[in-house]
Amino acid sequence: MGTLAAFFILSAVTLIPAVVVVTSKNIVRSALALVPTFFGITGLYILLRAEFVAGIQVLIYAGAITVLILFVIMLTEGGTGIRIRQVNEQVPVGALASAVLAALLIWVFLRTPWPQGPGALPEYTAAQIGTTLLSSMVLVFEVTSLVLLISLIGAIIIARRER
Amino acid sequence: MITVVLVAAVKSVALVVMVLLGFAYATLLERRLLARFQLRYGPNRTGPFGLLQPFADGIKLIFKESFMPATADRLIYWLAPAISMVAALFVYAVIPIGPEIRFFGATVSLYIADVNVGILLVLGASSIGVYGVILGGWSSNNKYALLGCLRSSAQLISYELAIGLAVVSVVLTAGSLSLVDIVNAQQRLWFVALQPVGFLLFFIGALAETNRAPFDLPEAEQELIAGFHTEYGGFKFAMFYVGEYVGIITMSLLVTTLFLGGWHGPLLPGPHWVAVKTFAFMCLFIWIRATMPRVRHDQLMAFGWKVLVPLGLLNVVATAVIVALVGG
Repeated sequence: MGTLAAFFILSAVTLIPAVVVVTSKNIVRSALALVPTFFGITGLYILLRAEFVAGIQVLIYAGAITVLILFVIMLTEGGTGIRIRQVNEQVPVGALASAVLAALLIWVFLRTPWPQGPGALPEYTAAQIGTTLLSSMVLVFEVTSLVLLISLIGAIIIARRER
Repeated sequence: MITVVLVAAVKSVALVVMVLLGFAYATLLERRLLARFQLRYGPNRTGPFGLLQPFADGIKLIFKESFMPATADRLIYWLAPAISMVAALFVYAVIPIGPEIRFFGATVSLYIADVNVGILLVLGASSIGVYGVILGGWSSNNKYALLGCLRSSAQLISYELAIGLAVVSVVLTAGSLSLVDIVNAQQRLWFVALQPVGFLLFFIGALAETNRAPFDLPEAEQELIAGFHTEYGGFKFAMFYVGEYVGIITMSLLVTTLFLGGWHGPLLPGPHWVAVKTFAFMCLFIWIRATMPRVRHDQLMAFGWKVLVPLGLLNVVATAVIVALVGG
């Protein structure tokens, strides 16, 4: 009962600012509304007993990525202070497309037989995540690090070219 | 259930009162010590030794006129100081100040929560504190405030990385992300002996994170008036001030917890040792402020990214290899 209530509260905390993100006319407020959204998702992670992922979520998404987004907006000429329109004249088409997508997703969720394995959750998730990343998931892990490295080098090359 | 909530609530209130008192006297300590370093007296008129000065300041700030720039973004302008203060106070939920004690026949732990990712929570909360600065600077619609907040957020993001890497090496050494476990792992040997590089990295990062000299560029008054809080006055300014000084206490407390064995020490009971060590670091912060000149912004960035971050990475790798070899 408590879990269900917590889930609904956290969903509201996640979804209401998410609506602000896509509707606000002020781009800084849009970016800022991402923060409570990320906090709501953090709460959902904690509800799922994934404390490590929750900590990382706050640290990376709420703490770093949104700050970078705000930073870019503030450094862009004319980025702040002007009122923007986030929607064009194709609102009905967009609404239809998202309604179809939502219906499709709900249909898939309802039809999927969610497997519920026996046994308890592992006690301490950070160590488990580390072990998994470097054993059974090592290929995915290494490919991801390569992608990150390439984008890092790419960003430096693009930034350097302008001088 | 009710008793658990009640105990946690009482502990939280006691802690917040303690931290705010600590903040009040941190301002007095800074003013008095700085005055000593500069061969003058400092505030010594209000009460004995000027001990009532912080309260006089507080009352003055509460009764000041609450003004706001005409072109400010109202909501965000009001929100920013609150974020700054709340984020600074929040971390005290997980920082332990002592082991369990017997109190009126019941065992009470001297921390509010022993979260198993405690140190991540602390880092996360301090990264949320950046919003207070960046939003305060932006929403006041003042070019000095904006420049100050951009500088500040660049600085905070860069040095957070150095702090994070130093913390990773401590976590590797202790084998846990919980602050209580980290303190308990230092029962025999403090981590400052095992992680001297990590300690230095963390301390330099802490100076930068709290916008203290020699890294106080966000408030370089010769260039930026007062930086991000130029347009703030009265109690809203005081809330930024709370955030800043509580940040100094937090960082001193974290250095104590992560590197100086927390509550471990001979003779005195635990919380006394935490207080003594934290106080020593706060004095060190002020001493450094009185001694060091301010660095330039390019020097700050180059130092952060070209010296501290590579050093931190090397330290993490070295620690990981040693822990793996010893079988930590």
